[in-house]
Amino acid sequence: MTDLSELQRKHTIAVLVDNEPGVLARVIGLFSGRGYNIESLTVAEVDVANNRSRITVVTSGNEMIIEQIKAQLDRLVPVHSVVDLTEEGPSVERELALIKVVGAAEERIESLRIADIFRARAVDSTLESFVFEVTGNSGKINAFIDLMKPLGLTEISRTGVVAIARGETSM
Amino acid sequence: MSDGEQAGMTLSGAAIIVQALVDQGVEVIFGYPGGAVLPIYDALFAQNNIRHILVRQEGGAVHAAEGYARSTGRPGVVLVTSGPGATNAVTGLTDALMDSIPVVCLTGQVATHMIGNDAFQEADTVGITRPCTKHNYLVKDTNDLGRVMHEAFYVATHGRPGPVVVDLPKDVCIDQGHYEKPDLDNIQHKTYHPRVDGEEDRIAEAVELIARARQPIFYTGGGLINSGPEACAALVEFVNMTGHPITSTLMGLGAFPASDHKFLGMLGMHGTYEANNAMHDCDVMICLAARFDDRVTGRLDAFSPNSKKIHVDIDPSSINKNVRADLAIVGDVGRVLQRMIECWRERGHQPDEAASKAWWTRIQQWRSRDCLSFEQGNEIIKPQYAIQRLYELTKDRDVYITTEVGQHQMWAAQFYRFEEPNRWMTSGGLGTMGYGLPAAVGVQIGHPESLVIDIAGEASFMMNIQELSTARQQGLPLKIFILNNQWMGMVRQWQELLHGSRYSESYVDALPDFIKLADSFGATGLVVDKPGDLDDAIKTMIDTDGLVIVDVRVAKEENCFPMVPSGAAHNEMILSQDQANGERPSVTDDGLALV
Repeated sequence: MTDLSELQRKHTIAVLVDNEPGVLARVIGLFSGRGYNIESLTVAEVDVANNRSRITVVTSGNEMIIEQIKAQLDRLVPVHSVVDLTEEGPSVERELALIKVVGAAEERIESLRIADIFRARAVDSTLESFVFEVTGNSGKINAFIDLMKPLGLTEISRTGVVAIARGETSM
Repeated sequence: MSDGEQAGMTLSGAAIIVQALVDQGVEVIFGYPGGAVLPIYDALFAQNNIRHILVRQEGGAVHAAEGYARSTGRPGVVLVTSGPGATNAVTGLTDALMDSIPVVCLTGQVATHMIGNDAFQEADTVGITRPCTKHNYLVKDTNDLGRVMHEAFYVATHGRPGPVVVDLPKDVCIDQGHYEKPDLDNIQHKTYHPRVDGEEDRIAEAVELIARARQPIFYTGGGLINSGPEACAALVEFVNMTGHPITSTLMGLGAFPASDHKFLGMLGMHGTYEANNAMHDCDVMICLAARFDDRVTGRLDAFSPNSKKIHVDIDPSSINKNVRADLAIVGDVGRVLQRMIECWRERGHQPDEAASKAWWTRIQQWRSRDCLSFEQGNEIIKPQYAIQRLYELTKDRDVYITTEVGQHQMWAAQFYRFEEPNRWMTSGGLGTMGYGLPAAVGVQIGHPESLVIDIAGEASFMMNIQELSTARQQGLPLKIFILNNQWMGMVRQWQELLHGSRYSESYVDALPDFIKLADSFGATGLVVDKPGDLDDAIKTMIDTDGLVIVDVRVAKEENCFPMVPSGAAHNEMILSQDQANGERPSVTDDGLALV
């Protein structure tokens, strides 16, 4: 019998925090101090009037670890709420990447063609290069990057995952 | 300071800090001045409401505040300067975090415009203390001071208690700002709302589980002490209603009277044979405000394998951290116990006499091993005997015990029997050598008329020995009872049992003459090395006014048993030196890696 508790699973957790100095350091310090993984982490203010920021963190661990991560996050004093988007039903996850491809001739045309398939936009162009903007879930962006590699990919900038639950409920 | 009660006034930052402390009902703070906190010391100089206890090193200030907090139930307050003042406080803050002790620590900071410039005595205090506090603040505007000060007390004392640092730049203390006393009974924190009432259906389910149990045990922790005397009274009531056995962690000693026959003593690495075996064999474990620490559980995969575990804790992150709970109740343990009692009554539960009898018969068999027994000859004082006599000769007094960390601490936990909460102050989670003397200072400040004893080892005592000067300055009649074996005893014990008797750096050479040391601090020094003289020495210690240091020369190579070796299970205890010398469960490399 497989011990379910040992299965490593990726979870996307949204954390609504008071936007006070050091709050991000608190969250990151918690992960490093207790040895949890951070696969990606994004943060931005989402409610200027109420001074609130939203942190989206993608992490992995077995069931007990994920439960610990949520409990540890929740007991940080400036944290309003913690929602495990992976556990609590369907959610939309998006990431944005800017990808620079340098090349000429056939490869250049091929990169444009693939960009079109991925609905990536060229947001900067020279005769030798493109910068593509692509959004989607992490898998789609990974696939796009893989295809660009042989076509002259030189630089990648990714935002990390942002996510929100589907349906009418809000955190 | 009656003007402090007027709504809204303009004061200097330093005056706001002092006024906020007064409004919080703070009577005493422990601290050490320095450049960055001079404005606050100036404001302290101008008032008579708050007594300042000058320590000799900032680490001592935090331990003293911990001792004060643990013995009085009120938060301890610390005031230290920037840079080294704050970094010296870090050990105490970590200690308070691990043991959930409410402490508010005010640290000085360089002026806001100098922060980040590597100024003199600058340290990134909020950065350094972030992982060793429950929460911390850097105040950058004098107008925020009042709110932050009161929030700090709220956070330190609500939910699972802990240390809170407020970092105070010098200009913020000098500038004028607005202060208004808040309605302290109705402070609403923006984000921090710990749950105090347990879920009713879970409480009912727990009561059913306890009522149907055939071999249950209560496993209780320091959260009961933190929850308060009412929680401990509720514990006694509930345990008496059920008639079930009870064991306690190091931190929880005193929550349930040790003299009650239902009390099996402490559990864990140096716990009793009966407590550990009952934990291993129980069918329902009722864990109340304890956290399944590795010193308690031993090998996790062999920890109480067949029990249903009920876990009550105010901190959700304590639940399922090390051991999976079958039934978790998040809430204040006192309130949950009160509801359990009511629920037990409403449902008319009665203890199952037959099952209880059979269970107690088994426990009695374990108990009859008399696992704490030792042989006291005529020549050398056994450390266990020293604690036993200390207990017998002080138990009828108004006594508070602090300890340092090591063998003497475990013997104190085994042989000193506590009947009430808040009488026992020891560094449990962090295991901080040097805790006991400054903690005793804090206890004595809170209880000037009581008998306060620091049970110490000679090595630990040396770690914060400078606080003798604090005790002398304050005229504190502390009694320091040193079990002197000239070794770092617990280190030596582990080296003997786990590292082939290679005693690497554990012998404490060049000890001071404790009599002369006492003399130089205006204290009374006593030395005793014969078992027959021990009682007289203890009586002299009690009857001597003022600070007393007793150098009890004990057996040098006595080991602390019983012992659950690293990586072993509860039912694989070493009970005696004979067993340690002979056949015993071998320690694996995995076990050796455990601390």
